[in-house]
Amino acid sequence: MSVTSLPLADRQKETPSRTMAWYDWALAVATFVSFPAALYGAFVYAPTEAVQGDVQRIFYFHVPIAWLMYLSFFVVFVASILYLWKRGDQWDRLARCSAEIGVVFTTLVLITGMLWGRPIWGIWWTWDARLTSTLILWAIYVVYLMLRAYSDDRARGARYGAVLGIIGFADVPIVQMSVTWWRTIHPQPVISLEGNENLPPQMLFAMLVSLVAFTLFYVFVMRQRLRIESLKGEIEEIEQLQESER
Amino acid sequence: MAVATQSAAPATTRWAIQVEGLTHRYGASRALDGLDLAVPWDERVAILGPNGAGKTTLLRVLATLVRPVAGRVILGGLALPGQAAAVRRHIGLVAHQTFLYDELTARENLIFYGRLYGVEDPGRRADRLLPRVGLAERANDRVRTFSRGLQQRLALARAIVHDPPILLLDEPETGLDVAGADLLDGLMTDDQGQRRTVLLTTHRLDRAVELADRAVVLLRGRVALDLPAADTNAVALAAAIRDERRPW
Amino acid sequence: MTTFPGQVGALLWKDLLVELRTREILGGMVVFALLVLVIFNFAFDLRVDNVGGVAPGVLWVAFTFAGILGLGRSFIQEKDGGALDGLLAAPIDRGAIYLAKLLGNLLFMTVVEAIALPVFISFFNFGRITLELALIVFLGTVGFAAVGTLFSAMAANTRAREVMLPIMIFPISVPVVIASVEATALALGGSPFAQSLGWIELLVAFDLIFGILCFVVFDFVVEE
Repeated sequence: MSVTSLPLADRQKETPSRTMAWYDWALAVATFVSFPAALYGAFVYAPTEAVQGDVQRIFYFHVPIAWLMYLSFFVVFVASILYLWKRGDQWDRLARCSAEIGVVFTTLVLITGMLWGRPIWGIWWTWDARLTSTLILWAIYVVYLMLRAYSDDRARGARYGAVLGIIGFADVPIVQMSVTWWRTIHPQPVISLEGNENLPPQMLFAMLVSLVAFTLFYVFVMRQRLRIESLKGEIEEIEQLQESER
Repeated sequence: MAVATQSAAPATTRWAIQVEGLTHRYGASRALDGLDLAVPWDERVAILGPNGAGKTTLLRVLATLVRPVAGRVILGGLALPGQAAAVRRHIGLVAHQTFLYDELTARENLIFYGRLYGVEDPGRRADRLLPRVGLAERANDRVRTFSRGLQQRLALARAIVHDPPILLLDEPETGLDVAGADLLDGLMTDDQGQRRTVLLTTHRLDRAVELADRAVVLLRGRVALDLPAADTNAVALAAAIRDERRPW
Repeated sequence: MTTFPGQVGALLWKDLLVELRTREILGGMVVFALLVLVIFNFAFDLRVDNVGGVAPGVLWVAFTFAGILGLGRSFIQEKDGGALDGLLAAPIDRGAIYLAKLLGNLLFMTVVEAIALPVFISFFNFGRITLELALIVFLGTVGFAAVGTLFSAMAANTRAREVMLPIMIFPISVPVVIASVEATALALGGSPFAQSLGWIELLVAFDLIFGILCFVVFDFVVEE
């Protein structure tokens, strides 16, 4: 059901407001407050790691961003399935926006990985399991965005995107598995960014604060992005209506 | 004449084609705008209208190639989109593209489509159809060597390879010479000599009058005029186009 | 109505007949694969000790790049003649179209591989053709062709279609490439079968998962 099918008086109640609702404001504030907290946690609160020194602190950003990356692409996966099943435009918008943010996160994971690797290994890039898998993931979703951009019409782009969104995500665990396995057969004589599983509680806490910050960021940006896309859709519908009534 | 179906649909319905509130968009423009149309069995309908009126889109929706944005479509008692697969068996389509494979011979093209449509002994069927469209001597020549007119004749044969009760013809006379155009009338009766239900789009008013019982004029995605073909004349059409300015 | 295997059979027969008459795809693929092998010889200037490490990768580069050529053509043909609509208007399962294209692509790639493999072995003076190797090549090809056929259908309807197909296929088929190259290395090097079993299992898993997934999802790609 679209807004343009309603009589004019009722439309204004249904249209997403140009100003933000109170919970969006609350979300914005929470996000902007949590980031300094995360920075404090990462740079001041958490103790220095024994082997790697202060360089290890990038870990408090690299890991949460990686988790958000997977979350974004999982959202793309679910939204893609829902789109093919129910065909609502909102699912397509959700998939598209989440993929965009996902690619940004993936790029950040790669960059933080490289920034970490340079002082530790002396080189910018290394084909360790995590970075390699992330690079492949990056490629898959950049191609997703390209596929949508290069499609001739909207509906087709949405459908193709949904197909790739499903296939891409289904592939993610298999890519990880095969790359990790490959790495264990041809091991590198270097330590990987992950470090060990058991973190002292202070480090764990810093990580969690950072995770909360980035999660809030994701939700906040997604809401804004979806709102904009939704408004764009409304404008187009109105333009079409004007066009056909002329 | 009733459609022999193997599906759960009722065996006889009054209407071959029922369309209600059909709407479809291509990007910003509305190709079909709440179109209503009902065609009883055995009727031949000519769909007229200027370019962009929605004629081709209507045919593509009926051929199950396009899923419309809104509206109900029922062919032979079978509703789209749910029963699209069952509907396809009962439809013959001639479109702007010929659907022919250049590298196959005329006979092979018919056999291929015959097999897709579940025709028994497609080879024999092809041998019977090719003379009917005047392609008997060219049966074993590759379609790439055919002129546009001959390809169109083969396309007509392809449309009836499975002897469908409903024919959808989108400007079927494109490329046909006079002899070819004469074939059209013959193809509109089926193997048992019964009339097929035919929907054909054309630009030519005179041919519409000759071939059809009824003329439907589309303007901007809707039915503007609907009258017996014999009553159609240029004056009525001009009036309808003038009236386009008036809101519906 | 024709049965599902009958539909696949008719579609496959048509594709093979067309290819037989034009010989467009197959010739190009074979020549390309052989050229790749030749060029890599110059690129790596292979001596005896290097060969085992590099050769399996070279082989699969030849197979995948030649494969992309063939995959690219498979749907462009239909689109240019408008014939895909003819198939969609017919009472056949959409899945039959996918399967027929897949089998056709598989067949072409297998022919290319059957020619390139002996050439490879003599150029590089390395390895033997064994049943194990044939199995690995077959499984890898199936996985690659399964996603490749689906993507080819999408790419055909996209701008910059020649570019879109390879960039869609390669990231997604990374597991196939890794597994195939590793298993091929083991097979060519004469290692016992048990060692490559893990990689073979990965290939089988990929083939099954993505074979089924692509088959199911194909409907959404061709509908309008």
